[in-house]
Amino acid sequence: MPVNRKRLAAIAVNGALLLLAVLTALPLLWMLSASLMPTGEAMSLPARLLPSRPTLEHYAALFSRLDIGRNFLNSLILATMITAVSLLCNSMAGYAFAKLRFRGRGRLFAILLATLIVPPQVTVLPLFLEVRSLGLINSFGGVLVAGLATVFGIFLIRQFAAGIPDELLDAARLDGASELRIFWTVVLPLMRPILITLGVFTFLGAWNDFMWPLTVLTDASKYTLPVALANLSGEHVQDTELMMAGAVITVLPGLLVFLALQKHYVEGIVMGSVKE
Amino acid sequence: MTPDPEETRGSRAERRAAWTLVSPALGAIAIFFALPLIAALLLSLTDFDIYALADIHNLRVVGAANYLRLLRDPLFWKVVRNTLVFVALGVPLTLGAALGGALLVNSKLARMRGFFRTVFYAPVVTTLVAVAVVFRYLYHPRYGLINHLLGLFGLPPVDWLGDPAWATVAITLLAVWRSFGYALIIYVVGLQAIPESLYEAAQLDGAGVWRQLRDITLPLLLPTTFFVAVITTVGLFQIFAEPYVMTRGGPLYATTSITLLMYEQGFRWWNLGPAAAIAFVLFLLIIAVTGLQAALRRWRRT
Repeated sequence: MPVNRKRLAAIAVNGALLLLAVLTALPLLWMLSASLMPTGEAMSLPARLLPSRPTLEHYAALFSRLDIGRNFLNSLILATMITAVSLLCNSMAGYAFAKLRFRGRGRLFAILLATLIVPPQVTVLPLFLEVRSLGLINSFGGVLVAGLATVFGIFLIRQFAAGIPDELLDAARLDGASELRIFWTVVLPLMRPILITLGVFTFLGAWNDFMWPLTVLTDASKYTLPVALANLSGEHVQDTELMMAGAVITVLPGLLVFLALQKHYVEGIVMGSVKE
Repeated sequence: MTPDPEETRGSRAERRAAWTLVSPALGAIAIFFALPLIAALLLSLTDFDIYALADIHNLRVVGAANYLRLLRDPLFWKVVRNTLVFVALGVPLTLGAALGGALLVNSKLARMRGFFRTVFYAPVVTTLVAVAVVFRYLYHPRYGLINHLLGLFGLPPVDWLGDPAWATVAITLLAVWRSFGYALIIYVVGLQAIPESLYEAAQLDGAGVWRQLRDITLPLLLPTTFFVAVITTVGLFQIFAEPYVMTRGGPLYATTSITLLMYEQGFRWWNLGPAAAIAFVLFLLIIAVTGLQAALRRWRRT
């Protein structure tokens, strides 16, 4: 008898999981499917789940007619730049906060952590004026300045760097290596796992960011993918299949990065959520 | 705070290296975060508008006038209420879906846990703008997949984005869909931290699944729930891209959030002074919620 009950419970648990998974995946699957449908099919009755004959015409239209390749490239360049620069700044600072002794270290770090409560909405307006007075409106530099360094990144690196054994650093010092050299040749290679984790976070954050690029970039040729897509969705409300193809192009790179580096990413969430 | 004795013990070379290493990050944060933060407060005390944008001499200091006008503005109160409704609907739904999913994924009976975790988390890494566009079509009253599915269960079609009340629900559902995976992962971590021996002891005492859930799992997950609730609340307070793409704040301002109002005031009408005041009210709300959570946690510990 208990065997039967257990089996029933297993069916219930896995059935519920499957249902929740289908509900979760359905919007993304429909997006993909609709992007492959011939024009008009996604918004017809009776509603269909799969294309009658799959076509790539909407992708072709996006790249040829609407020049979305330009926006894709913009997103790629910006997200890569932001990731590279902020990884460097954050890892330098995070390591120093964890391992180097200097006056005011504790207090400075406490202040940094306290700023985490400030929502980006508060700084976006003056930051816009600042970027404008620097002549960086409608430039990648203007988007980049908001992401040069992040408190979250410094925090994450510091957590990890605290685990680097002091003996290792002292041994390098005895060998006569300068502090900066130690950082570059000893510390950075050791921090590889956390750099990947933070890198994935930063890249996805930059790739998906909307409000700041929307504010800074004014020229359609400079738009990142999300800004271009929001703009297109106003003009092409009726072209469902075309918009779905645009959504796929916007969502897919982030999803692929996540799937490829999932393990590192989840470690980052867990580390970031652990309260001191 | 007592000064850390560790701080003063470093060699001169070490101190110099430390400052070299922290200064790029601190410099960037000072110039592109701290400075705007202070400027935002000052900005909210001025009537900075499109004329001041053209010529700074048109700027006047108005003191608390922006804040006072907000308090008298029915639209502002509507927008605050909308945002609170997003929170009131979205937080329980997110926590419920996340906890339910986490319990299922963590169950010993579950198969393919890794696969399910990945599926539940996938929406979190999607681009909000893109999925908002997708959901706009899913919510289509006539052709949308959601009404079609409701029809299969004999339910009448819903005018998801056209009806003010349903539009709020529609936007909340998108926000929940996109973020419950994050809360789910945090819950799974919390669940795995509960010692197995507690359950074994409860089973020896004859406690069933529900008793174990009520007396062990839920109480021990309370700190996790606090954390997730605050993160979700703060996220929903800042809701922007969903209404911006799906409804533009309509119909009849029913889905205009605090952030959307701030954006429209600031970057559409160029009323940067009043917009900064809105941003600070949002900031105060977020401080209040975070403070409340801290107070609750302290209260629980005593």
